[in-house]
Amino acid sequence: MSGFIEWGALLNILIFGVLIGAGLPAMYALGVRSLDASSRVTGGAATVRKIGAYACFGVIVLAILGALAFIVAGGH
Amino acid sequence: MALLVIVVVTALVFDFTNGFHDTGNAMAPSIATRALKPKQAVLLCAILNMVGAFLSLTVAATIAKGIVDAAVVTLLVVLAGLAGGIIWNLITWLLKMPSSSSHALVGGIVGAVLAAAGADGVIWSGLVSKVMLPALLAPAIAILVASIGTAIVTRITGSVAQKHNEKSFRWGQIGSASLMALAHGTNDAQKTMGIILLALIAGGAVAPDAGVPVWVVVSCALAMALGTYMGGWRVIRTLGKGLVRLDSRQGMSADMSSASVILLSSHFGYSLSTTHVATGSILGTGVGRKGATVQWSVARKMFVAWLVTVPAAAAVGGLCYGIGRVVSDQSSQTAGGLVVFAILAATSAFIYVLSRRQPVSANTVNDEWDPTSEGESILAESVTMHNPRLMRVPKPPRRRKKKPIHVPKKAKKRSKTQQAKKAAKKTSAAKSSGSKKKSTSKKSSGAKKKSSSKKTAGSKSKKKSKSR
Repeated sequence: MSGFIEWGALLNILIFGVLIGAGLPAMYALGVRSLDASSRVTGGAATVRKIGAYACFGVIVLAILGALAFIVAGGH
Repeated sequence: MALLVIVVVTALVFDFTNGFHDTGNAMAPSIATRALKPKQAVLLCAILNMVGAFLSLTVAATIAKGIVDAAVVTLLVVLAGLAGGIIWNLITWLLKMPSSSSHALVGGIVGAVLAAAGADGVIWSGLVSKVMLPALLAPAIAILVASIGTAIVTRITGSVAQKHNEKSFRWGQIGSASLMALAHGTNDAQKTMGIILLALIAGGAVAPDAGVPVWVVVSCALAMALGTYMGGWRVIRTLGKGLVRLDSRQGMSADMSSASVILLSSHFGYSLSTTHVATGSILGTGVGRKGATVQWSVARKMFVAWLVTVPAAAAVGGLCYGIGRVVSDQSSQTAGGLVVFAILAATSAFIYVLSRRQPVSANTVNDEWDPTSEGESILAESVTMHNPRLMRVPKPPRRRKKKPIHVPKKAKKRSKTQQAKKAAKKTSAAKSSGSKKKSTSKKSSGAKKKSSSKKTAGSKSKKKSKSR
């Protein structure tokens, strides 16, 4: 059976898939949540949360740009 | 030369079917959650597919490499393989099943090679390890990733107002779906380019070490974009509505999981089918969210379709090759090619006609999957979407469809007798009081009372059947 399945590649896909494929939506969710929370408080706390939210969205934009670069480089 | 032209045209047709069959992989969640209107979604997907086709020029000339013996592949084999792939794509589309277009193509070529060179022409271990097993593994991985993603996302955003969630996650969804569409364009358009290039080289039209001619790139990109824009509404409907009731958080998790698994799998050199990954991700969002239900009966049908794809496409491909081989003479295979192409055209037309019997369009793609719970779920949806318009009376075609299912036979009979009585009443009314229609209907002679009371009963039963 081991000859038929490339366990190494599969394991890599699984680990990085969970990290990226589940991590990015989680980041986005964090961003949405802190943005939502920032509208309920005022002053410094709101700014901090807003910055946090946009940092989260920034990470996702970076990840998407990275994926684009990967596609353009012919890695598909 | 004529055979070469036929092969190129058929390859473009395959690209077209590939486009509309796989639109749903990227866009079904966005359409189902109403992040994008159906037409907008397919337009976006078509544009991105086209851009994707131009983005990368690494040609995937490796279709069926390591699966069949390259020495036995002739133009007629490629043509028969393409025909097998197209026909199987159309059949699964007719059955509203998402299935892998590349697997259909591989299956078709395997079948044609089997018919051409026998069992020795196929590398069986390659077929099992590169095609059959990944079909089982891809959805498993995607289900895992998407369910973890959904579980985390729903937990984090549990405290956020529903309205805010919906709005924000729609944007995330559009972004991740676009990435999917782009990846699909690069991947699949390149496969067709590879086939056309191989055919051109085999036919002697270009030098063996030539790159892809520009017209091939352009025509492949256009064929795929056109196919995508046609919208494989039947498949989109199954993916978006048939498996899991998606909200936009789940939609985004699904798209993100699909995009990352697909890009990672190609990075690690273990290519998984886009369709299988996308379907698995959608299933995973149902698994990962508390209280969500997954329609495993629909999913089971899909898994069966995936396992059947290669053998079925192989059967069609083999058959096409056999017919083509018998028809063509020793010196040239052009006649065989023409016959195969004619068979392909006839079958496609037949399947199209069949599909018209139960059409699915951009307008009906988001209709409720399960008509028995329709009223209830429309109410629920209109509440969650804050859109009372959803509760408006359904469109006429729906009603017409439902009638034969829900009207019991007795009611039909009654309505027939009622019609007869109506006719009788009309004639009697005409006899008794010639011109004054109003007065006759208000007057109450015994027979008329009976018929009118029956009439109300009949209309009541009709109303009941409608409201169900």
